[in-house]
Amino acid sequence: MKLRATTEGRLTQALLIALALAFLAFFLLLPLVAVFSEALKAGIGAFVAAIATPDAWAAIKLTLLIAAISVPLNVVFGIAASWAITKFSFPGKSLLITLIDLPFSVSPVVSGLIFVLLFGANGLFGHWLAEHDLKIIFAVPGIVLATVFITFPFVARELIPLMMEQGKDDEEAALSLGASGWQTFWHVTLPNIRWGLLYGVLLCNARAMGEFGAVSVVSGHIRGETNTMPLHVEILYNEYDFVGAFAVASLLAGLALVTLVAKSVLEWRFDLHSGAKH
Amino acid sequence: MIKVQNITKRFGDFAALHGIDLEIEDGEFVALLGPSGSGKTTLLRIIAGLEFQDGGEVYFGGEDVSRLKVADRHVGFVFQQYALFRHMTVAENVAFGLSVKKRRDRPSKAEIRARADELLRLVQLEGLGARYPGQLSGGQRQRVALARALAIEPKLLLLDEPFGALDAKVRKDLRRWLRDLHKQMGLTSIFVTHDQEEALELADRVVVMDHGKIEQVGTPEEIYMNPRTAFVSHFVGETNRVAGEGGEVHFRPHDVDVVEEGGETVLVDNVFRKGGAWRVEGALVETGLLVEFDMDAALAPPATGTEVRIAPRRSRLFNPA
Repeated sequence: MKLRATTEGRLTQALLIALALAFLAFFLLLPLVAVFSEALKAGIGAFVAAIATPDAWAAIKLTLLIAAISVPLNVVFGIAASWAITKFSFPGKSLLITLIDLPFSVSPVVSGLIFVLLFGANGLFGHWLAEHDLKIIFAVPGIVLATVFITFPFVARELIPLMMEQGKDDEEAALSLGASGWQTFWHVTLPNIRWGLLYGVLLCNARAMGEFGAVSVVSGHIRGETNTMPLHVEILYNEYDFVGAFAVASLLAGLALVTLVAKSVLEWRFDLHSGAKH
Repeated sequence: MIKVQNITKRFGDFAALHGIDLEIEDGEFVALLGPSGSGKTTLLRIIAGLEFQDGGEVYFGGEDVSRLKVADRHVGFVFQQYALFRHMTVAENVAFGLSVKKRRDRPSKAEIRARADELLRLVQLEGLGARYPGQLSGGQRQRVALARALAIEPKLLLLDEPFGALDAKVRKDLRRWLRDLHKQMGLTSIFVTHDQEEALELADRVVVMDHGKIEQVGTPEEIYMNPRTAFVSHFVGETNRVAGEGGEVHFRPHDVDVVEEGGETVLVDNVFRKGGAWRVEGALVETGLLVEFDMDAALAPPATGTEVRIAPRRSRLFNPA
């Protein structure tokens, strides 16, 4: 073994590695194993039956719907925000950067409550909404709003440092060659950020499907109508339907695992590409 | 003819350009030379339409283009870091300007490919069209950037520190190559550089800039031999600056004679070979100012610590600003 200034003794190394592994096993591996073993405790038949109940199905479909609406919205918002921040200078830019991080710093429950205060029956727009027979809180639009708010930073946060590092030379080059703004975005900017964007979408999607706090406040927990998967898990658990709860939870855990693998693959491709530039 | 009239530009509190006037004839090869912060790149970007001036006008052949965007000015711009599109092949990069044209102006796919091949031949990169920019050397990337800029048949070619990112040997080869290309094509070209040697070697005319102003415009010969200001004299070529009567006396190291009598006495500090001569570094005994001068390599070099008398053959007096 080569001697380096940072080399610790063998014992220290072993201790640190053991500590990290123990931590990982206790906080990550054990719960994961527990989720799947609890879900399959009563056999594969009970597992399938638990997922195939109409309420579980409704929760799965609603969760997919919410993700399908909020992820594309945040892709558009995220690209627009990062583009504005990295390619232009304008007053209030640093304020915008701070605001993008707001959903991360606010408790999700508070985020949910903000929408209740705005659109709830006694909220700011509640009266007007009721008059026009529009339902936002305790309905799908409210869940979408809360999810979009919660997942807003993921895409933007991924893109801002990337686009900042890339500068605007490529865009200027395209414009000087006669490309329109749209052509420049489509042929130059988007390919430059595609891996970072995919990465952001992945994280955004994972959070959109898994969000509990904010969604819980605005959903109203109407079975078969406004329950997303995380909310459904909680309800089943509170009703002592452990197999059902863990069966749905195992789907979410599976999603997390898929996300993790996809994330590693993307990181690898991402490094490959940013390493090959210039 | 390119005409720049009374251009001013500020970035916040920083005045980047104050009142620049400049005329460039068709087919000229002009260098904007200056230290960093002199405003040379800003001026180039304003001429391109990548930046907009706060005041003044830009004319291309009598037409006021001051308000036109870069896409409408038909200029070829070569970026310092090349700004090649890394997800496109070399051929796609070169063809980009043609393939984004509006449908009715756009050549056919076959024509675009033929044009890209022709340009790659021009920049001596035949057969590398299928590679990606990441697989090319710095000098090759530079030439791809040039071919890409030429593809739109610009009226004017603008180059921002074209050799800045290359190592010395490649830089020299590419410089010579670019000069030949300019002779061959006769395209009006402006390049920005902080390297006086590059400017003197390549350009028909050199525009020396400092602090957002033009210090002097002239042929390389004029700039070198007859610098109008102390800044130009100091910035272009090597110059000794010593205090004289009524101002600062400037003289080049190669304009110095070693004399037996009279002149100034120099305490020799260091001697080394520089090209075909001895370069002697030392301090004036009288004032302690550092000077350097060349001595015939056929003579024995003076030893460190000895004293030599020197008299400048040519010198210029600049009044204190």
